[in-house]
Amino acid sequence: MRIFMNLCKDKLAIASLVFIAVLITAGLFAPVFAPHNPEEVNMSLRYAGPSWEYILGNDHLGRCILSRIIYGIRPSVLWVFAALFISVLIGSILGFLAGYFRGKNDAFIMKLCDVLLSFPGYVMALALVGLLGVGLENILIAFILIKWAWFARVIRTSVMQYAELDYIKFAKASGISHGKIIWKHIVPVTFSDIAVISSSSMGTMILQISGFSFLGLGVQAPQAEWGMMLNEAREVMFTRPELMLAPGLAIVLVVMALNFLSDSLQVALDPRLLNSNKGNQVMAPVSKIKIQEKEVPN
Amino acid sequence: MLIVNSVEKSYKTGGLFSKKTQKILKGVSFDCQRGESLGIIGESGSGKSTLGRLIVGIEKPEAGTVLFEQKNIADRSVRLGNISAVFQDYKSSINPFYTVEKAIMETLILQNKSRKEMQAKMDQLLIQVGLDTSYKTNYPHELSGGEVQRVCIARAIAAEPKCILFDEAISSLDVSVQTQVLDLLKELKQIYNISYIFITHDIQAAAYICDRVIIFRDGQIEETADVHQLRHVRSAYAKKLLGAIIPF
Ligand SMILES: Nc1ncnc2c1ncn2[C@@H]1O[C@H](COP(=O)(O)OP(=O)(O)OP(=O)(O)O)[C@@H](O)[C@H]1O
Ligand SMILES: [Mg+2]
Repeated sequence: MRIFMNLCKDKLAIASLVFIAVLITAGLFAPVFAPHNPEEVNMSLRYAGPSWEYILGNDHLGRCILSRIIYGIRPSVLWVFAALFISVLIGSILGFLAGYFRGKNDAFIMKLCDVLLSFPGYVMALALVGLLGVGLENILIAFILIKWAWFARVIRTSVMQYAELDYIKFAKASGISHGKIIWKHIVPVTFSDIAVISSSSMGTMILQISGFSFLGLGVQAPQAEWGMMLNEAREVMFTRPELMLAPGLAIVLVVMALNFLSDSLQVALDPRLLNSNKGNQVMAPVSKIKIQEKEVPN
Repeated sequence: MLIVNSVEKSYKTGGLFSKKTQKILKGVSFDCQRGESLGIIGESGSGKSTLGRLIVGIEKPEAGTVLFEQKNIADRSVRLGNISAVFQDYKSSINPFYTVEKAIMETLILQNKSRKEMQAKMDQLLIQVGLDTSYKTNYPHELSGGEVQRVCIARAIAAEPKCILFDEAISSLDVSVQTQVLDLLKELKQIYNISYIFITHDIQAAAYICDRVIIFRDGQIEETADVHQLRHVRSAYAKKLLGAIIPF
């Protein structure tokens, strides 16, 4: 509750949160929000500019861009988000096991991660899609299978930093259970690291999905997806650059909102950062002293 | 009450593939009675902290046993509410996301008291360690080193354990605060009848608070001496160690 209150003080965080909430609702109820059928071809409206009926204009087949953007939320945001969530979850569980308990678990999990990470990600995904068949679901499955290893590694490192600290040692000595220690002491302090790495890989994942769609391995042609829309617009990049605007902006805005949100969450969670104004004042003289010390020997 | 029976511990040295190990503890045995306060002094790197981790059951010995009231200390339920610890590094000894109240509550809750009783006990504990009750809502980064260490002591005694381990708990404090904390510990010991195991390289502090002192060297017990008999230690090493401080 305190965290939510802190978050509310941050206007950017509220804006990002509202934006993401609206996006998710629009994506879930796309048929309600979209003004037109996203796959309805209307050749007489080819490359038409914005109008009251088609707010964002029409694409090279005369389809409503706004409707395509709204329908595109599902594959581009919701499904990517689900895949990201699952891979972060797997990565977190294994990362916590490895970083907290160490020993044999750790060695085994890290060897597994090393093996997975030694393959180039794209090639692995291609191979898996080759095995499983073409389609968005299979690309997402391939992503989950590849990405968790990276998350596990990063989270393990983060957990290890904290697992040796004195307050964890105290909790262990007092006989508090491992589960409780992990949940109460390690999850909160590592959460901001996890939020930051997941929000930054969300952007890459959206772009990668569209890359695969471009290769014809992901979302299939008439269906709307932001990366696909970008690729379609790419063909007329020099004659009609405005077509890139809507899907490009959509991707940028989502990634930005997620990054802002994860940053604000980090601040809201950590009491040391919360009154950072106070902290800065305290810190300032320290750095001055350091500079002076450096200057003295010379 | 606490019996350490020829424990051994070694750590891997060298790289990933080397099988070399270095023996840190080479068969250490001693015991600690209820209400006794036992000092363990020795040079840096002699394995005191390692021994401390074995005593509170955070790590397991390779050979030998640590028994608390005839039960193995490695069992979590044996430690619960009976053992506690205070460590050296005051910067990381409280969860940075916890207020003082929440930190103390972590062990206070083990006593199954009602909410009201816990609040009363919390205030009592803070006053006992010499802190104002208004500190309850502070975060650890808002406290000084001495204050954090006091909160750690309050947290350690909250569950009314039978034995507390102090690993260099006062070494990072300045001298005037050290004596305050030592006096506080003496006082608390009388109230709660707790055993202290006091790991330190500061012989004066050990002499001030302990009844019995173990002189530790290279993973072995060099000598055990009553605190009043410190002048009469026999081994050469102990003499050398003490010579610097106690004039003969
Ligand atoms: N987790 C570990 N892994 C490997 N070696 C370790 C580990 N912990 C301690 N050691 C080694 O054990 C030896 C003793 O360490 P320990 O921390 O017990 O010394 P100490 O007596 O507490 O010293 P100090 O007075 O400086 O705290 C050191 O040489 C150290 O390198
Ligand atoms: Mg030590």
